[in-house]
Amino acid sequence: MLAFVLRRLFQAALVMLAVAFVAFSLFNYVGDPVNLMLGQDATPEQKKDLRESLGLDQPDYVQFAVFVKNAMKGEFGLSLKQGRLVSTLIKERLPATLELALAAAVIALAGGLLMGVYTALRRDGWLSQLLLTVSLIGVSLPNFLIGILLILVFAVSWQVLPSYGRGDVTMLGWWSTGLLTASGLKALVLPAFTLSLFPMTLIMRLVRSEMLEVLRTDYIKFARARGLTNRAVHFGHALKNTLVPVMTITGLQLGSIIAFAIVTETVFQWPGMGFLFIQSVQFADIPVMAAYLVLISLVFVTINLIVDLLYYVVDPRLRFDRAAGAH
Amino acid sequence: MEALNRFFDSDVWWSFKRSPVTVVAAVLALLCILGAVSAPVLAPHNPYDLAQISLLDSNLPPAWQANGNPSFKLGTDQQGRDILSTIMYGSRVSLLVAVCAVAMSILMGVSLGLVAGYAGGRIESLIMRIADIQLTFPAILVALLISGVARQFVPRDMQDAMALYVIIFSIGLTGWPQYARTVRGATLVEKSKEYVQAARVIGVSSSSIMFRHVLPNVLGPVLVIATLNIANAIIAEATLSFLGVGMPPTQPSLGTLISEGQNFLFSGEWWITVFPGAALIVMVISVNIFGDWLRDALNPKLR
Repeated sequence: MLAFVLRRLFQAALVMLAVAFVAFSLFNYVGDPVNLMLGQDATPEQKKDLRESLGLDQPDYVQFAVFVKNAMKGEFGLSLKQGRLVSTLIKERLPATLELALAAAVIALAGGLLMGVYTALRRDGWLSQLLLTVSLIGVSLPNFLIGILLILVFAVSWQVLPSYGRGDVTMLGWWSTGLLTASGLKALVLPAFTLSLFPMTLIMRLVRSEMLEVLRTDYIKFARARGLTNRAVHFGHALKNTLVPVMTITGLQLGSIIAFAIVTETVFQWPGMGFLFIQSVQFADIPVMAAYLVLISLVFVTINLIVDLLYYVVDPRLRFDRAAGAH
Repeated sequence: MEALNRFFDSDVWWSFKRSPVTVVAAVLALLCILGAVSAPVLAPHNPYDLAQISLLDSNLPPAWQANGNPSFKLGTDQQGRDILSTIMYGSRVSLLVAVCAVAMSILMGVSLGLVAGYAGGRIESLIMRIADIQLTFPAILVALLISGVARQFVPRDMQDAMALYVIIFSIGLTGWPQYARTVRGATLVEKSKEYVQAARVIGVSSSSIMFRHVLPNVLGPVLVIATLNIANAIIAEATLSFLGVGMPPTQPSLGTLISEGQNFLFSGEWWITVFPGAALIVMVISVNIFGDWLRDALNPKLR
């Protein structure tokens, strides 16, 4: 067990180091930070002083070590475009992305469960067939197109929902929330729905197949034989037993929801971290890019580490396979 | 002629004829490809020839609406360019990027997979670990991050000219693990077969066994993955371009067109973004359906 955990931790650390190295090379080899900070008319002495005070005269490996140390503290310097601390910028944008991702996850879970159970119970109904077909087409469409179509229908034609921004936000400490005002909630509807579509279809298909499998088991037959109502059998016994894999998948999907939020945030100009990243790519705002790169990788590495460890705890067969390094 | 006859006599052709959805999808996909490839010949206008466009024609609705002009079937954009023609030229860029990116993924994935499967040991576990790790990130995120980073290494004034290569590189680099895994698995199976041992006994070199004997026998599944990946690459390219980190407006792909058109949704010019979007949907879904069919048709287990 310990060896497995250590191996996984080591691998996660290696991935993070590789990502940190990419971020570091962005910093050091794209443009000259000294020229960027001082402008064109600086004297050679000024440049030399700044170079020394920034530690740029040190060998590369020392600079890399300093970079990693700062990154661990969450310090990535100043944004080139806005002239503010990157950590402050991220802290401002984080709540928007997390609220969007969470809302999308809740919609996906609720919708996916509902449709999954329905399509499993009424296997041959026309609505089930329709849902399955639509979901198949839905997953093959690019996410941003769905967002644009929703804007076209709900914001341009019917004018019932806003198409960009977060609406009014309330501050709870440093956390800005849009969940407490009517306009904030309205603004959340379209982006959250767009973002939820992909995981929703995934959850729906998973719940459907798990339900179909559970409904065939003996204890369901026994429950029916005992004369329990359909509702008690379906929801009390069958659904309950499908929830473990559903929870795992939803947890796993949370990472990709945060990643896909980049696209949704750009479509709806939602002031989150993904939108910040896209802007930083366009303006070559390296410190922001580097911070986002490290942060998003950290999210994925952490989620995968947790999932791996959970599988290890749950499934004893893996203890031998994985420890031997065989795949 | 002989080969053609054999093709029309085969199971694959028979199962193709029996599936009307696939036939429709294949026809649509062919139309898209034809329209894209022959855009300079078939397109009614050349939207990037400044002599042919006129601001007087700007923002015309599609021909069947009031104020529509019959020579601009799907309307025009704010600069007076014909939407149908921009779509045809745009699909050209989209398809070019997708095909080149998939080719790059295949080249990388197949060689790494072959080496991993044939060499084994440390090299194998290193290659496969990297593939595993890359697969834990969503593909679109990897492509986005790679293209974001790669763009910064291109000098500012060359960014538009290099955009095509940057985007092919980033999507291509995203796709290789799938091929590497498949090819490695197939190579492991082939490696233990007698023809490989025979080749080794008569002293054929490892690289020539790998590429001339094993490779042709593991290419079947690669073809299927490649077809399905073309659709994914089209989506990835459109998404990157939509986000503004893909093709520039001077050389627009379908994604760029959609993203530019989005600004005109609120002033009522829906056709600038809806038609390129529809073209993208048709292209992606038809290629997907064709790929799904190909996977089933070439899989002997399903027959």
